[in-house]
Amino acid sequence: MTEPDERRPSPDALLQQAKAEHRGKLKIYLGAAPGVGKTFEMLSDARKRRAEGGDVVAGVIETHGRAETLALTDGLEILPRRMQEMDLDALLARKPQVALVDELAHTNAEGSRHPKRWMDVDELLNAGIDVWSTLNVQHIESLNDVVARITHIRVRETLPDAVLERADEVELVDLTPDELIKRLEQGKVYAPEQAQRALRNYFVPGNLAALRELAMRRAADRIDEQVRGLRLAQGETLPWAAGERLLVCVDEREASPEIVRHAKRRADQAKAQLLAVHVETGRSARLTDVETARLSETLRLAERLGAETATLPGDRVADTLLVYAREQNVTQIIVGKARRSFLFEAMFGSVVRQLIDRAGAVAVEIVPEGAIQTTKAHISLSSPWPALTTRGVAEAIVMTAVATAVCWPLDEWLKASNLTLIYLAAVLASALTRGLWAGLLTGIASALAFNWFYTDPRHTFTINNPDNVLAVLAFSGAALIVSLLAARARQQTLAARSEARTSRELFGLSRMLTTVTSEDDAASALAQYAARAFDAECAVFARVGLADIRQASSSAMTLALTENDWAAARWTMQKGEATGRGADTLPGVRWLFVPLRTKRLVAGVVGVARETALTPSERRRLAGMGDQAASAMERAHVAEALEQSRVETEAERLRSTMLASLSHDLRTPIAGILGAASSLRAYAGRHDAETQANLLSSIETEAARMQRYVHKLLDMTRLDAGGVKPRIEAVDPADAAASVAARVGHAAEGRPVVTDIEPSLPFVRADAGLLDQALFNLTENALLHAASGPVTLRVSRIGREVRFEVVDEGNGLPAGEEAHIFDRFARSASARRGGTGLGLAIVKGFAGLMGGKIEARNRTDRPGAVFSLIFPVDEPL
Amino acid sequence: MKLRALVVDDEAAIRRFLRSTLVAEEFDVVEADSLKTAQVLIAGAAFDLAVLDLGLPDGDGADLIAPLGRAGAPAIIVLSALDDEPRKVASLDRGADDFVSKPFGVPEFMARVRAALRHRVKMQGALPIYDDGRLMVDLSRRIVRVDGADPKLTPREYALLHQLVVHAGKVLTHHHLLSKAWADSDADVQALRVHVRHLRQKIEASPDAPAYIRTEPGVGYRFSELP
Repeated sequence: MTEPDERRPSPDALLQQAKAEHRGKLKIYLGAAPGVGKTFEMLSDARKRRAEGGDVVAGVIETHGRAETLALTDGLEILPRRMQEMDLDALLARKPQVALVDELAHTNAEGSRHPKRWMDVDELLNAGIDVWSTLNVQHIESLNDVVARITHIRVRETLPDAVLERADEVELVDLTPDELIKRLEQGKVYAPEQAQRALRNYFVPGNLAALRELAMRRAADRIDEQVRGLRLAQGETLPWAAGERLLVCVDEREASPEIVRHAKRRADQAKAQLLAVHVETGRSARLTDVETARLSETLRLAERLGAETATLPGDRVADTLLVYAREQNVTQIIVGKARRSFLFEAMFGSVVRQLIDRAGAVAVEIVPEGAIQTTKAHISLSSPWPALTTRGVAEAIVMTAVATAVCWPLDEWLKASNLTLIYLAAVLASALTRGLWAGLLTGIASALAFNWFYTDPRHTFTINNPDNVLAVLAFSGAALIVSLLAARARQQTLAARSEARTSRELFGLSRMLTTVTSEDDAASALAQYAARAFDAECAVFARVGLADIRQASSSAMTLALTENDWAAARWTMQKGEATGRGADTLPGVRWLFVPLRTKRLVAGVVGVARETALTPSERRRLAGMGDQAASAMERAHVAEALEQSRVETEAERLRSTMLASLSHDLRTPIAGILGAASSLRAYAGRHDAETQANLLSSIETEAARMQRYVHKLLDMTRLDAGGVKPRIEAVDPADAAASVAARVGHAAEGRPVVTDIEPSLPFVRADAGLLDQALFNLTENALLHAASGPVTLRVSRIGREVRFEVVDEGNGLPAGEEAHIFDRFARSASARRGGTGLGLAIVKGFAGLMGGKIEARNRTDRPGAVFSLIFPVDEPL
Repeated sequence: MKLRALVVDDEAAIRRFLRSTLVAEEFDVVEADSLKTAQVLIAGAAFDLAVLDLGLPDGDGADLIAPLGRAGAPAIIVLSALDDEPRKVASLDRGADDFVSKPFGVPEFMARVRAALRHRVKMQGALPIYDDGRLMVDLSRRIVRVDGADPKLTPREYALLHQLVVHAGKVLTHHHLLSKAWADSDADVQALRVHVRHLRQKIEASPDAPAYIRTEPGVGYRFSELP
């Protein structure tokens, strides 16, 4: 990895600045302790700004009943609170230049949009509103441990360091400890009773001095960073050794967060970049849920503190760490040292020792764990192995009884020490099926039973034979080891089984997703799999337009999504962040919504609701499924959009062809009729009889042509609208052909229409009316397109089908047109004028409705075309 | 001697009534149903009148205008679809005298034929004097009178009126007017419209319902023939 050239303003630095220009500016009033006057200072500044004509609105102000502070709020616009909390939406709508938001580290009441107030502030800044806020040094995440050590009180409300680092301005509000204590005693900070308690516990001069130093140092750091940011933007060289990089090793132990915070402080002091790395070994699979949760929480903490995080696979922790450290040009590794016995380290080796031995040029700092008093875990640790159930106890006893019973007949022939093998089998079985504790219990019970039944003197717990003493002891040891090994094997089997289930799920889902063609199918597949995998309700939403969503599927029909649920899902779509239960945003919602991300965009949202929240590992699995579904959904969405536009283009083409056809095919006969009629009227006296007759017949012909066209247009429209309802019955094909031939004969202008009908044809299944029209259209088409020669209407039986063939002696179908000949408004380029381009399309439509087929081909014996209508024979059932 | 007419249209019904009408008007009529047939006929004989359908199965009827001009410059009427303005204007610019949009009545058609024929004869004689009692235009002496008074036309308005009166009864395309009445070629149709409006205000009795200069939408203007 190469270090970027920092002498020139890097694009990132400029981008960061440009971004800062659009965002609102954050100013933080930083104080060492409550009561130093942060809110007072902020309000004074606000008054000044208002006096200068600035638009300042207070979103939330905590006066704590302090008279001086209260006086300052006079005349200030303060938005009313909503449900005890700042009304974020009202503030966003009001959009002042500057918003005052007191106590940045505050935790919002459950059910608020964000769990933390600083997240509200972030949204205000994004909306381009400047925010002034207050903060006590004890709330800064990386100082949490230090403050706890000084004051012996751990603060629960913490603020990620990144928020403070992003602040555009930090103003230190300082007060000497003596003055603060004086203010407290005067009752200016707390009510008298409360003040006394505070003075005893927290506000002791030593504490205050230490906190003040912390606050000052932090503010000084900030100023340093600001100068650095400025210099970077101006393209100046860094005045310090560039490229200092610290790596902190993260694991699942309780002390790990503390070490990360320590590393953050070190990195800040050294102006170094911090990397937090966890090495995933074979042991990782055996971590309990609590340990896994703590590990991912620690990694998230590191991220919040501004560290780059990575998880590396590798069996040898020290080697993996060192390889990575060298790749990343790490200058120092910080690692916690667990308190382990000398013996343990001698036997199993120590990662820390290996690190030091092999580190070479990389410095290693070892932080002793437990130097800081660790907090109790909030969640009780569950046992690594399943607890002993009543059933486990019962089985242990049964196993022992069975082993005793089996030994009974064998006692005659075998030495007592050999019988222990049978008991050992019982222990093994018990440990494998019920876990460690059941195995141990069986071991104890077996040892007692063996002693009671099979060692002399019998039916006592005393042993005479030193051989048997040894046997009991050996048995006990063996039982212990067997139990341990069996339980571990069982644990691994369970882990492997769960692993297999996860990959089976993912595999099944991905196979299902490859076959889906629509967005909704993909959504349904995901919903179905997720619902089954987590035994939960599941809903999948697809993206609509830029920012909206629609429900694309659900696992159950009775999904009750409240207005709040929808708002949370929409939020996830818009911001691409998880919301709802277990997430940072809107944690009060019953559902957990996770974005379905592709490389380009958020394709949708998946929501899961269950009695209990999803565990971190389940959330990871959900994210994995979501990733697969997201790309499938995006693919399907694109395909659907393409298909939609293809259909629209086709419809558009058809519409314009239809218009062209209408304008030509309707106007031409009208022109003929109008012309002939007006000629007759204007020159009635001057036309001879023949001319008059000609003109009149021309009017008739043209009117008939128009009638045909309109009729076909209506047929087509009826077909489109599904208005043609065929009545399928047995129809005599010979009769149908003969009647069509007779009818066409009238219109054929002397052209012969010949019929060639096979004798004794079976009936066909068709609609008599539609069949007649289809045959008529085909015959008319043949007369129109073949300029001369007879048209033959041939009917024959081939197997279980009857084939109507219309054969002409024209030029045949032009090459390449066979495929399109049944399209609407398809007119042969070589055909004579007069066709509507609808006849064949209608025939095809009718044939389809009746369950018949239509084919077109050229004659093989001579030029000419053959159109075939094929119907199934009507066979009595 | 009878006048000879050529009718080119692929629709038999239209040829039939055009023939009947023209025969009744004492024309000798020759028919063609395609471009190719018409070309052969034009090469073989001269015509006094040609009626051309623009949409022929084997090509554009307007392609016949140039050969017809070489063969004796007959009056040319084109038949076109109502909504096909570009082709209509193009054929006029190529030398057709007038157009009739399908469907049309015989009286309208014959009026166009007569105007075109008269115009052809006129072009060979002296400049005519237009006088309907209200408006008098003497093109040889360059005098315009409306109810006996001088309407005081600008040179450009006079140039416009000159073109319109010379071709009275015949449609003149925007392009034709711009090229004949305008010296500079930068002028556009919009400028033409403004001048036509001014001209109407000076010579029309009611400029909003013009009786002399009628608009042919999308094509150009037509000056009324003397009744």
